[in-house]
Amino acid sequence: MTIALSGEDVARRIGEHLPDAVTEFSETAVFIKVEDVLDIARFLKETPRLEFDYLNSITAVDYTEHFEVVYHLTSITNNHSIVLKTRCYDRENPRVPSVVSLWQGADFQEREVYDLMGIAFDGHPNLKRILLWEGFAGHPLRKDYGSGV
Amino acid sequence: MEIVQRPYNSRELDAVEGAAIEALRNASQEPYPDPIDWLEEDIERSVLVSSIDLVIDWGRRFSVWPVNCGLACCAFEMIGLATSRFDISRFGMELFRASPRQADLMLVAGTLTWKMAPALKRVYDQMPEPKWVVAMGSCAISGGPFRDSYSVVNGVNLILPVDVYIPGCPPRPEALMHGLIMLHQKISKGTFSKKR
Repeated sequence: MTIALSGEDVARRIGEHLPDAVTEFSETAVFIKVEDVLDIARFLKETPRLEFDYLNSITAVDYTEHFEVVYHLTSITNNHSIVLKTRCYDRENPRVPSVVSLWQGADFQEREVYDLMGIAFDGHPNLKRILLWEGFAGHPLRKDYGSGV
Repeated sequence: MEIVQRPYNSRELDAVEGAAIEALRNASQEPYPDPIDWLEEDIERSVLVSSIDLVIDWGRRFSVWPVNCGLACCAFEMIGLATSRFDISRFGMELFRASPRQADLMLVAGTLTWKMAPALKRVYDQMPEPKWVVAMGSCAISGGPFRDSYSVVNGVNLILPVDVYIPGCPPRPEALMHGLIMLHQKISKGTFSKKR
């Protein structure tokens, strides 16, 4: 089995690299500031003994007052994993840096999050709808979708 | 001949596709009436036409070739029906055609989404007359558990006229076979002199 690293340990490592980037951590996850996503993702991918070379998934959650983008990272080299989360408080125009430049597999998943949740990924090479058709009104996985807005 | 400029950029292609889906969606608000009105018209037929009908309908009934149209999990029950355990070859139906031009039954097996709908409509339009449509499972009948969601068609009868509805989620192959036998009965009442 893959060893789930403790959020505290990874938060400390990130803190050594970039102080103030971590807002919070739990037993399994690390919460980071939205503007530092790409920097920290690169740090996690390229630092020896962390080496998160595989991105399992990107997903997003609508908590009504903010969006949370969740990255599940695994290191195949070191057989460990961590969950990276970031919060996006701008409901009208949520923006998160894209990690396609680090993990190619992020391409379609970021497009899916954009399609269904309406979060734009800065730096994505081809950000457009993937499941729904062009011209679809709204983003259906948002909590306020279909409630008269 | 007018030369149509085709879009080549992927975003333009997406826009064309999206416009087609929106157009079909806006045009498909009312369901097609089920084609059953001619079933009781036996009296109108002459003796000559009836006896030719008997032969033609017999031939059509036992050579219904379905087009491949498995959209979701119902497709597995449809595949199950084609295996030796249930064996629709008994009805002359074992040939699932990959080309709509060689088929005369559309077995809509599964959930139809709006993004798929123009493709399904195009396949149906390419089938030669006479042709029949069977809506298999809750999703094809009414949208099923996904009814009124953002991407699912609320029943294929919004875009195609449906001859037989087979309820179930998914229907077992026995139920599907029962529905196909009912379709056979319906075909046997048809008349070739009249376009359905």
